[in-house]
Amino acid sequence: MDAQFWTYFLVGITFTLYIGIAIWSRAKSTKEFYVAGGGIHPVLNGMATAADWMSAASFISMAGIISFLGYGGSQYLMGWTGGYVLLALCLAPYLRKFGKFTVPDFIGERYYSQNARTIALICAIFVSFTYVVGQMKGVGVAFSRFLEIPYDSGVIIGIAIVFFYAVLGGMKGITYTQVAQYCVLIFAFTVPAIYLSLQATGNPIPQIGFGSKTMDGVYLLEKLNLLSVDLGFNRYTDINRTTLINVFFITGALMFGTAGLPHVIVRFFTVPKVRDARISAGWALLFISILYTTAPAVAAFAKVNLINTVSNAKYADMPTWFTNWENTGLLEFDDKNGDGVIQYVADTQVNELTIDNDIMVLANPEIANLPPWVIGLIVAGGLAAALSTAAGLLLVISTSISHDLLKKNINPNISEKGELWAARISIAVAVVAAGLAGLNPPGFVAEVVALAFGLAASSFFPAIILGIFDKKMNKEGAIAGMLTGIIFTALYILYFKPQLGGIGLPEDYLFGISPEGIGTIGMIINFIVSLIVSRLTKPTPEKIKALVESIRYPK
Amino acid sequence: MKEKYWKKNIMYLRILLSVWFISSFGFGILFAESLNNFYLGGFPLGFWFAQQGSIYIFVILIFIYVYLMNKLDKKHNLEE
Repeated sequence: MDAQFWTYFLVGITFTLYIGIAIWSRAKSTKEFYVAGGGIHPVLNGMATAADWMSAASFISMAGIISFLGYGGSQYLMGWTGGYVLLALCLAPYLRKFGKFTVPDFIGERYYSQNARTIALICAIFVSFTYVVGQMKGVGVAFSRFLEIPYDSGVIIGIAIVFFYAVLGGMKGITYTQVAQYCVLIFAFTVPAIYLSLQATGNPIPQIGFGSKTMDGVYLLEKLNLLSVDLGFNRYTDINRTTLINVFFITGALMFGTAGLPHVIVRFFTVPKVRDARISAGWALLFISILYTTAPAVAAFAKVNLINTVSNAKYADMPTWFTNWENTGLLEFDDKNGDGVIQYVADTQVNELTIDNDIMVLANPEIANLPPWVIGLIVAGGLAAALSTAAGLLLVISTSISHDLLKKNINPNISEKGELWAARISIAVAVVAAGLAGLNPPGFVAEVVALAFGLAASSFFPAIILGIFDKKMNKEGAIAGMLTGIIFTALYILYFKPQLGGIGLPEDYLFGISPEGIGTIGMIINFIVSLIVSRLTKPTPEKIKALVESIRYPK
Repeated sequence: MKEKYWKKNIMYLRILLSVWFISSFGFGILFAESLNNFYLGGFPLGFWFAQQGSIYIFVILIFIYVYLMNKLDKKHNLEE
């Protein structure tokens, strides 16, 4: 039985499972549709949050990026986990106590203003939509590479599956499906990692294995450092002083952005009590950390394996996986000096091998000679990661439209049944729109996702934090802060991102901060503007002060 | 009484968030280069904090916070 069989088999089984769960957990009320009835067990909510959070990028691309950046990749590891500490300590318990359905809900009520709600609504839709297009692209890519199904058909199959369980089950269906998807993706990620760790160091735990000695008695990381230097790269574990400031700000933007992303925050509305919201953030991060501490180990093992296999080896002797991946364009060999030997070095004039980041996870099982079912597992895991994130994001878009826009802005008298239908229709429209965008993805999806984090950090995060911790924060302050934060961040990114038509040059970066890290500065600006404006304008009404007082205490 | 609860909560946040900041932005980034002179098995220490240690500390911090707050809720009769 070959890899192709296992891939069809495992993808087929997991998809059947997701559809089965969807039928079993249909939503019957708006409360079930928006927040799964508010009765999800904290451990399950933690798993669902983890699946929601870990996207195709975490699963497929992150280990590869770390592999090529070495220490520099740490910004993604710390940035995409550290935000959960902020969520657990500063946001989740209070928002749960507040007890509504969406982030714009909180902003609208806390700042007693439809305008504030509308700004939040537009941000939530924009952030979620850009993100979901990237997931659809991931689904299409996974299908087309492994199942030899055309990219477009892959996207359509993905849409059909998400459409089915999101429209039917809403948050309830999505949550239970995400629990299953978490199990699939974490199993798929750790199994090959354990194999790799055993092969390289004899230690089955990858987190310890990549700090252990290899069979020849040298520490794996030291070996990787030496190999890197031989090929002209920087030492893998060394810190590049010139980019350190950027690592600092990118880590910050990712952390604060995480804590401000609507599809993550809304998960904490699904648990029964305040104490459940706190602990479920803990479970979520624990489940996420299993993948995030394994990824850097995979990165190191894969890099050593890759260098050992290809460096100064004869092209004619390459194993079959090499040519297979060449056919997909993820691996390119250009024999510049015509000697038939692969020169993989830092010097771009001499280097003959171009390697796509994604290959480090996707081709790992083949490079390390793992059994064929592991390849099928990786595909099923990558699809689980992409689908679970897409579904969570689509739900945010649909609740923003049916609840915040329709019910709270246009027609407050809409019946429960009407609102549920509106929610179903808007999620259906959102799925199809995201799918269409996924069929013709703009070339700059990755850049737009960076924009999403920056905007979440510079808009929602300060508005929510101040809404909870500063009773004097008023409508004027919050709106002024959100607008200056977003506008500053968006303009900076548009100006300095050539892929978005920007004309700025890296030499002109403010304090050397790249567009990916500017959200941290946008957030600081938001805080300062909010505080100044709020102290110069009308004080917060007593009623709102009482509301803030009430969300601070669990009872 | 309620004010005391809130003040205690803020104090917990200050301490836990300081640890959060020092373990990631401090040990993992700003001081990582000097910490790399020390080793934990095969890991240079700064590198370990950036790719492993900070994440473990994040998880532990949340569970400590949950423990402290549950105790505080009980003490102030604010359990749901």
